[in-house]
Amino acid sequence: MTPLVDVVVAARAPWSGIVPAGGTITITDLGGNQAVDCLFYDAQDHAERYCAHTTMAAQRNIFLTVGSVLRSSEGRPLLEIVDDTCGRHDTIGGACSQESNTLRYGHHTKHQHACVENFLFEGARWGLGKRDLVSNINWFMNVPVEPDGTMGIVDGISSPGLRVACRAERDVLVLISNCPQINNPCNGFDPTPIGVVVTGA
Amino acid sequence: MVSGRTDQPPGTTATTYGARDHARSQADTSVLGMPTLPASSAGDLPSGVDAGAMLWDEVLDAGEYAAHVLPRGSVLRLTDVDGDACAHVALHHADLPSERLSLADTTKVQWQMYPSRGSLLLSDRGRALAAVTADTSGRHDTICSAPNRADHDAKYGDGRVEGPCPNARDRLIVALAKFGLGPRDLPPTISFFKGVRVDPDGALQLDDAPAPAATLVELRFELDTIVSVANAPHVLDTRDQFTCTPLRLTAWRSVPTRPDDPLRHATPETHRAYLNTDDWLLGRAT
Repeated sequence: MTPLVDVVVAARAPWSGIVPAGGTITITDLGGNQAVDCLFYDAQDHAERYCAHTTMAAQRNIFLTVGSVLRSSEGRPLLEIVDDTCGRHDTIGGACSQESNTLRYGHHTKHQHACVENFLFEGARWGLGKRDLVSNINWFMNVPVEPDGTMGIVDGISSPGLRVACRAERDVLVLISNCPQINNPCNGFDPTPIGVVVTGA
Repeated sequence: MVSGRTDQPPGTTATTYGARDHARSQADTSVLGMPTLPASSAGDLPSGVDAGAMLWDEVLDAGEYAAHVLPRGSVLRLTDVDGDACAHVALHHADLPSERLSLADTTKVQWQMYPSRGSLLLSDRGRALAAVTADTSGRHDTICSAPNRADHDAKYGDGRVEGPCPNARDRLIVALAKFGLGPRDLPPTISFFKGVRVDPDGALQLDDAPAPAATLVELRFELDTIVSVANAPHVLDTRDQFTCTPLRLTAWRSVPTRPDDPLRHATPETHRAYLNTDDWLLGRAT
């Protein structure tokens, strides 16, 4: 089947597009250890969007992998993970922003590029704004939680060529920021390109 | 339809005069879930709180919600009166409501999933909306957020917001609507008094054992904040009956976190969160 989309998203760049109901989006970590920040919206109603918390509560686990149903704020399935050669993905760590970077690293990082900048600029093309940004998925990102509650982004478990694929249960708008973060280990301190392939039903 | 909560004989509300008398006769009715107005007349105030400093006193019975603007420097005490409440809380910066509580930044920036005394509740703009200044519970949740209609339909058979088992998400959507905010403005919410813990394999465990009566959490606000609270069961509550005991909300005027407060320097991250908060305040009339 000819893909609807088959692109390489450059390091630090955003991407957005529609995955039709029954179609699949496959994201490939071309260079290894590349976090891919991702949000989903019902293509017909952007107010219904991916909810990390509903998703985690429904599966009673914080990690995403094959079989995870990515649920909306209303609890309805938006997509399901159908293939995953990495093993697990994060949805508690959120997206880096200029503002959170100042807290995590210091004010010298204020003008470094960040995922929220990508989300805001790319989302604006679809009429999405600041209030449409919620807790996102971080494909290929490794965020363990220790018994005492300490959590953090640590060295990745991904490597070149690993991929994750999701089948859409309805038409969904996908918003991606190929994470430009250079201060934490999520990208091996070196952002690299990713592959995005969308196929129809 | 005439309320069942009346001892008026039928027929007396057939005229405007009778209806007016009937309505007015309800004055001084007391129920469990209601506000005390003025707040300064509330009884059983927290130790050291002057009645004249009171800003808000309200009890939420099971399934009820309330919202209030609380100024910078005020303190909100949430009291789990009988030990089985669950407070679902949304926070919005009153001056800039697109800025709101971010659970992801709150946990990531502070490197900690389980909030406790000394934790900041951070906005998605890198500022402190509030600090947790007291906590006799130690069991809270930054992972599951509020249950929705579908959760309650499945668990209780009826999750409608106007039904007997209202879901916290829809209650909070209504709360925000009264400030001109829509469903897109509702961020993932924090819940107090029900603990969720993460196993090493990522599995979630709910600690919902009953708490001692009058278990409490206090939040000190660092910015003027719209505080929206629903008292409703936790999404991982496995009981098939809608179960939730009263939550009391008590707020009073106090002083903002002082420049020499150790909290400001507790960690590099909290220090910078206060720097960012102070920076916003430079541009505001004080």
